[in-house]
Amino acid sequence: MSIEAKEEFRPKIVAFCCNWCSYAGADLAGSSRLAYPADVKIIRVPCSCRVNPMFILRAFERGADGVILCGCHPGDCHYTSGNYYARRRMTLLFSMLDFIGVENGRTRVEWVSAAEGVKFSTTMREFVDKIRSLGKNVRLEDLRCRN
Amino acid sequence: MQRIGVFVCHCGTNIAATVDVKKVVEMALAEPGVVHAEDYQYMCSEVGQEKIQNAIREKNLGGVVVCSCSPRMHETTFRNAAQKAGLNPYMVEIANIREHCSWIHKDVKEATEKAVILMRAAVAKVNLNTPLKAGESRVTKRALVIGGGIAGIQTALDIAEAGYPVDIVEKTPSIGGRMSQLDKTFPTLDCSSCILTPKMVDASAHPNITLYTYSEVEKVSGFVGDFTVDIRKKARSVDMSKCTGCGVCQEKCPSKKIPSEFNRGLSNRTAIYTPFAQAIPNVPVIDRENCIKFKTGKCGVCSKVCQAGAIDYNQKDEIITEKYGAIVVATGFDMIKLDKYDEYAYSQSKDVITSLELERIMNAAGPTSGHLERLSDGKAPKEIVFIQCVGSRCADDRGKSYCSKICCMYTAKHAMLIRDKYPDVNVTVFYIDVRTPGKNFDEFYRRAVEEYGVNYIKGQVGKVIPQPNGKLLVQGADLIDNKQILKEADMVVLAAAIEPNPDVRKIATMLTASIDTNNFLTEAHAKLRPVESPTAGIFLSGVCQGPKDIPETVSQAGAAAVKAIGLLAKDKLLTNPCTAHSDELLSNGCSQCAHVCPYGAITYEERQVNDHGIREVRRIAVVNDALCQGCGACTVTCPSGAMDLQGFSNRQIQAEVDAICL
Repeated sequence: MSIEAKEEFRPKIVAFCCNWCSYAGADLAGSSRLAYPADVKIIRVPCSCRVNPMFILRAFERGADGVILCGCHPGDCHYTSGNYYARRRMTLLFSMLDFIGVENGRTRVEWVSAAEGVKFSTTMREFVDKIRSLGKNVRLEDLRCRN
Repeated sequence: MQRIGVFVCHCGTNIAATVDVKKVVEMALAEPGVVHAEDYQYMCSEVGQEKIQNAIREKNLGGVVVCSCSPRMHETTFRNAAQKAGLNPYMVEIANIREHCSWIHKDVKEATEKAVILMRAAVAKVNLNTPLKAGESRVTKRALVIGGGIAGIQTALDIAEAGYPVDIVEKTPSIGGRMSQLDKTFPTLDCSSCILTPKMVDASAHPNITLYTYSEVEKVSGFVGDFTVDIRKKARSVDMSKCTGCGVCQEKCPSKKIPSEFNRGLSNRTAIYTPFAQAIPNVPVIDRENCIKFKTGKCGVCSKVCQAGAIDYNQKDEIITEKYGAIVVATGFDMIKLDKYDEYAYSQSKDVITSLELERIMNAAGPTSGHLERLSDGKAPKEIVFIQCVGSRCADDRGKSYCSKICCMYTAKHAMLIRDKYPDVNVTVFYIDVRTPGKNFDEFYRRAVEEYGVNYIKGQVGKVIPQPNGKLLVQGADLIDNKQILKEADMVVLAAAIEPNPDVRKIATMLTASIDTNNFLTEAHAKLRPVESPTAGIFLSGVCQGPKDIPETVSQAGAAAVKAIGLLAKDKLLTNPCTAHSDELLSNGCSQCAHVCPYGAITYEERQVNDHGIREVRRIAVVNDALCQGCGACTVTCPSGAMDLQGFSNRQIQAEVDAICL
């Protein structure tokens, strides 16, 4: 699945979604048939605080062009405080990534509740547009991982 | 490497129309570890489940991937099926190729490619799954109902009848809620108090029901089957065991100018008060903010006149801590504030009122003793205009996007009652649509139009202008005749939108129950689990879940009760085995994990370890499986990487990342 120069750029995007709000929001986007580009692939985690910065670094290393983390709105976390941890960790991680050349536009945290199918879909569309405008991620990709 | 089986569901055409399922099967067979792959029309059907079970037995599968709908839908179904065939249920993973793929993509090639990637991620994950065993937790056989309106009362009565103790926590001094403020109820025009009061009495007299009125939930901890709740019983300043409810204190109280909440501020009450005559319990409270004794230290009239000696100025708030197995939220609604709708002159004229205020005016126990009169001059109105959808079905962010559902019917009721009692009064209703789905509802509305001659005009009102002569000029449009309408009215009634009780967000946060942007609590499934919150052990009753009329509220209250009873009837519950686990060879006892754990599930112990031949006693983290809820906060915070989450381990998630980014 390598990308050839002539083809339209199809970014690889990993979306981490918490089980209680955002994954359900993505399900609602699906059952409401609210389309967003197929470039987004969702990984289910119990809570946004389960996302280790290592997973995001790993994704970029393996050639992801953007990573988005979705969780419950502040105050609504199923585990009371998990999204606050995620928010702090990601603020730090994203500023470090920006420093080493992975632009802030490639990383994003968004709060999507289980009732916000529309928000999930529009967020994903926006994010994919942004990544398309930024082009391929070359900074962190481990070229040995390319096939 | 596990021996993995992949099962691709067509879901009729839901998946198969957009995803080339045969291609997914073909690609699955090329994955390392996959020894079996097949597709079938409906994997969740009995035949589909049998296919999975047969493959597990025949091919000796160690892991199963089902490419189908969301795991929130059928994960349990497929786990149970696997378990019946002898496979550990936690060796099953779902690739969501319906909600996250076929339903949102149109292009078959694109959707198939994505489905293949999602399948690969699930295969990569299941390869690293380990068999897990659910633990057990006990169930406290007691339920808590938050809110003492008709929803809460009905739920509590139903649970109590099934033989379980129930506590109702009500914020105000009496149970009864909004329904106790209503005059008559549609579509039968029963008197609201006549049908509600017996239920209130039943609830207070039931041996299994304990009422905590003038009380609020302060703190909630624990989880399904074993919640611990702190209830703040606010100081009533009246000893409930001594008070006889004679009412002399209220007659004699000199502080008489406090707007009555029950009458929506249309009349005044005293500082020591019961909200209404049929209040349960019939024990007054002292409103300390407005009481002269509490403000200045002088007065004490109520204490002097109380023959029972029930007045206790020194009473303090009391915290009651109780354990519950199930919690039902029945916090109800209020009407929206109308400050953003000043074109209807609500703040400018006393004769522009809300429907709930009209309800109090028409009630015999209300501020005007049931006489329909203008609040400005006490005159009988001759021309009344009702305006529908004030703040409901609103496109901008001034109001609510939803339909409040009850307004069309109660307006028909008001119009009918007014025309019945005062045939000389003209009643005009401005509406966008008249919505009357419900048993005998449309017949009711047609009676208002046909028998009672209520004048319905399709169109919205732009402005209400108070006139110098005391009348109200209503500027509206008639969309059917396509003309402007100017009407002089004596009274304007606004059908203001309803919104969830403002306190519900605080309660939802305490319960970790999901809530939507309109502050309605979210149900676990919009169609199949409408009275359960996604948070186990929390149930929803009444308008806190969405706009409802009384018949619907009572049915939902019963449904919530049944779900709570179903939980309380169990002695033990299976717990989620996806808990954190600490590797004793990696843990260095630094306590970082315990700091972030919201459940206090992590403790430390000195343990003898054998680290590659080095035997020593080390301080290591230990997770209490019964308390751990599996959020994973500790796994990320652990500097040595000792903490991992079973079912969502570091290696599993990385394998998914790798598969997606391949």
